[in-house]
Amino acid sequence: MIRKPTYSELDRAYFPGLLAGTWVTARHFFANLTRHVLGLVYPPARRRASVTIQYPEQHRPLSPRLRTLHRLTKRADGSPRCVACMMCETVCPALCIYIVAKEKPDPDFEKQPESFIIDLGRCVFCGFCVEACPEDAIRMDTAILEFSALSREDLVFNMEQLLRLEPVETDTAS
Amino acid sequence: MLVNVVVAMVEAVIVLGFVMTFAGFLTWVERKQSAVMQDRIGANRADIFGIRLIGLFHPIADGLKMLTKEDFIPAKADRALFVIAPVVSLFFALCAFATIPFGDFVQFGPRQIPLQVAKVNIGLLFVFAMISMEIYGVVLAGWASRNNYSFLGALRASALMLSYELPLGAAIIGVLMVYHSLEIGEIIQRQGELLFGFLPKWGIFVQPLGFVVFLAAGLAATKRVPFDTPEGESEIIGYFVEYSGMKFGMFMLTDLVETVVIAALATSLFLGGWQFPYLTSHGFLLPGGALSPVAHPWVVVLQIVSFTVKVALLCWFLMLLRWTLPRFRYDQAMRLGWLFMFPLSLINILVSGAVMTWIS
Repeated sequence: MIRKPTYSELDRAYFPGLLAGTWVTARHFFANLTRHVLGLVYPPARRRASVTIQYPEQHRPLSPRLRTLHRLTKRADGSPRCVACMMCETVCPALCIYIVAKEKPDPDFEKQPESFIIDLGRCVFCGFCVEACPEDAIRMDTAILEFSALSREDLVFNMEQLLRLEPVETDTAS
Repeated sequence: MLVNVVVAMVEAVIVLGFVMTFAGFLTWVERKQSAVMQDRIGANRADIFGIRLIGLFHPIADGLKMLTKEDFIPAKADRALFVIAPVVSLFFALCAFATIPFGDFVQFGPRQIPLQVAKVNIGLLFVFAMISMEIYGVVLAGWASRNNYSFLGALRASALMLSYELPLGAAIIGVLMVYHSLEIGEIIQRQGELLFGFLPKWGIFVQPLGFVVFLAAGLAATKRVPFDTPEGESEIIGYFVEYSGMKFGMFMLTDLVETVVIAALATSLFLGGWQFPYLTSHGFLLPGGALSPVAHPWVVVLQIVSFTVKVALLCWFLMLLRWTLPRFRYDQAMRLGWLFMFPLSLINILVSGAVMTWIS
């Protein structure tokens, strides 16, 4: 049963509600204007004059668990932790990881990737590769969100050097 | 005789320059005021050699952008009418300033130059005639576009403007009754008198209801929010949907110039025009009788500044209303005009007449 909204006589007169609404916006106008003007002299104390973040000079604060650009982690000797087990390639729902394995002489590891390609044009940034990796070899914690390119080919990060990006936090589990 | 013509032409150029600059400035005010009201910063990126100047170069950037856009005329459109429609709109909007005075007069030796482009003894009717001619621009634009939806938008707009011409005209009849003149310069002169010995006889004190009805009907007659159903801002197809580049820029400029017309007319009729409170042409005449003399150039400057400040305040208020109120549905707007504003203006006339008869 839909009840029709009933308006009081004050609402139906329209002008009191209009003035009340205009008073709210006028209050915002004068409060923000004084904050803007005072902000030229000394920094604002309690409330900011605007909620705008002036990109690219300022950035939005990112959560540390935000899934951003990938990086391959390194061992202490500089070689990648990846053992080319293909778990990430198998679990990737967008089929954007392409690994070619080669032999590693060290008997403890046996395999290493010859080439590790991520097509960022296909990647959906789900993080399954990070969860699937048994060696903690791939992470998405670089906090890099600006990697735009001028062609689709440039979005295919196909050199491992491109994947060895500097981490934001230090690698504690080395 | 020729000197009068030259003086009028120079004044016309000055007034035109002032109005166009003010309208361009109003685009910046619109963006910044709406931003400050909405807790954000607004447009502040356009710069010239690195100087940003709080976004004051954005109107220039907008103008350049519109000049460099493709000038598109639809294939089957009526080319002559299509090109002429924005010109008609802007021409009549700018013509309305011919009889609005910016100040009293300037004394150059023996010559007294009125700060008004044309002193016509039906000056007020002239302004209303120019406002009414705006409808031609709208209908021409809608018809010449050869687009059914833009024609419907033009019909909507013209019906709205026509409907609100009535309360607009009727709201000022009270002003006519109080000041006994149709010439705007004389109306402003008579607003210099004092009511009850201390209050300047401004229109807003003698005709408060007329002021409210005039502002509301003025907003509607110039298709400003909350009455901008014809234009709709991307929610509904308006009458200028086929226009691009500077022709569209001229329609937008017309919108802002009309806002300035309504603000200037409202200050002239209701807020005392160029009258600075208690300032006569010789100096300050305070209610007690004390006369403080002021030199003539400073009187002129004070009058022009007072007019500009009042127009600016009214424009600020109209912008505040624009960014606060949701827009009316079309039938709501028409019902408001015919069944509320028009009877209200008639009641205003009746009550004003009754009060004036009772006083005298």
